[in-house]
Amino acid sequence: MPTVRIPTPLRKLTNNHEEVVASGATLGAVLDELNATFPGLGERIVDENGVIRRFVNIFVNDEDVRFLQEKETPIKEADVISIVPAIAGG
Amino acid sequence: MSKKPFFNNLKCRECGRLYEKEAIHICEFDFGPLEAAYDYDAIRSVLTRELIESRPQTMWRYRELLPIDGEPTVGTQVGFTPLVKADRLAKALGIRELWIKNDSVNYPTLSFKDRVVSVALSRARELGFEVVACASTGNLANSVAANAANAGLKSYVLIPSNLEQGKVLGSLVYGTNVIGIKGPYDQVNRLCSEIAGKYGWGFVNVNLRPYYAEGSKTMGFEIAEQLGWKLPRHTVACMASGSLLTKIHKAYKEFIDLGIVEQSDFTIHGAQASGCSPISTAFKAGSEMVKPVQNPDTIAKSLAIGTPADGYYAIRSMKETGGSCEDCSDEEIVEGIKLLAETTGIFAETAGGVTVACAKKLIETGKIPKDESAVLCITGHGLKTQEAIIGKVGEPRVIGASLREFEALVADEVNVKS
Repeated sequence: MPTVRIPTPLRKLTNNHEEVVASGATLGAVLDELNATFPGLGERIVDENGVIRRFVNIFVNDEDVRFLQEKETPIKEADVISIVPAIAGG
Repeated sequence: MSKKPFFNNLKCRECGRLYEKEAIHICEFDFGPLEAAYDYDAIRSVLTRELIESRPQTMWRYRELLPIDGEPTVGTQVGFTPLVKADRLAKALGIRELWIKNDSVNYPTLSFKDRVVSVALSRARELGFEVVACASTGNLANSVAANAANAGLKSYVLIPSNLEQGKVLGSLVYGTNVIGIKGPYDQVNRLCSEIAGKYGWGFVNVNLRPYYAEGSKTMGFEIAEQLGWKLPRHTVACMASGSLLTKIHKAYKEFIDLGIVEQSDFTIHGAQASGCSPISTAFKAGSEMVKPVQNPDTIAKSLAIGTPADGYYAIRSMKETGGSCEDCSDEEIVEGIKLLAETTGIFAETAGGVTVACAKKLIETGKIPKDESAVLCITGHGLKTQEAIIGKVGEPRVIGASLREFEALVADEVNVKS
């Protein structure tokens, strides 16, 4: 199953696991399953309209999903999904 | 200095939830950035122009408005860089009055980043960190390395592996651990975000970001003080993540709210390189949705951030103050560096070339009216990005140590005193 890497601020919701697994054919489906397993996680990542929040970056195998198909991005079994907060310049 | 607590909490910029002032940087609920929250009434009751003027000329003269608990312990000499009246550049650009805020001579590493690092590392010590780190396009790495060396903190700096030589050497020399990452800055950023969650390090622009970012306000405070406790009519700042611009805006607003300066119209404009202009592109399209740039391609490497964390807020600051946004080509950046150097004697890095080139466009298009006054924020020194101008500013003319050869060389240029 695809692996999802959880950022520190959300680990309270995943029993402190930094990596979890969740299945789904698209990123949206994976996020839905994550939310079913860890209630409350979904709303942290997408807003009330179902759109990925402004300050959340999601990467599938190191590629920003905004360059892929956002929530419609197809997900394969071995994919690694990272949820990463935006960080400041440097 | 007063023992009253002026800095109380971190606060989510989106939803306003309050957090303890720890090494955290985003809201658990909406991922909004956390910002320092102050007791402005307490600050108002003590902070006056006279008090500020009585203190040493460093950025710490505005100490009540910076987010640390005790006295600063790192970077106590940073800031209060010159504000230079640039009459010859004003004439060249066709504007009535022009000033350069010259952070290319900031102490100790010749960029505005010493301001943010001074706050971040002072706070890192208060929070008990022994290792500090950063993701950087160069200037921040230099500053973390130098200030950590002086403070006796161990440091790791992560940079894109293709940075300018001056910026790489300018970190290595301090004995820091420099790690080059294959890929653009945004990849470095992502990696650091994951490292910061795993190691107990103080990452100045990740888990210490709320403290770090506030340091940029001092550039705005100094501009206002150096103009005789007045806000500039126009300010132009370059944008990478957009943080500096938003913090200059915050600084001006704080000074107004505290009665340190009188309320007056002020406008803040942003400058980007066309090879990585996500904020400028969104602004010009009238959008607040900043679309990331996947493969930044510009000689202004310090501005090459494709996913600007504060892009949204930078756009809001520009809109709120009636400002505009411009971007410029690599050729225009080099022309900007040369024009600034030839008219003011200030040698800026590529980001400074961006600021000058975009200011030129803003003046030409009337976004900055010719009969008004502007401050250009120059954020880093040109010696750090020499590659950008090699072969573009001429070569020395070499002759033997002979008066005859010299006279032949300059015969058409100068009159000899007889």
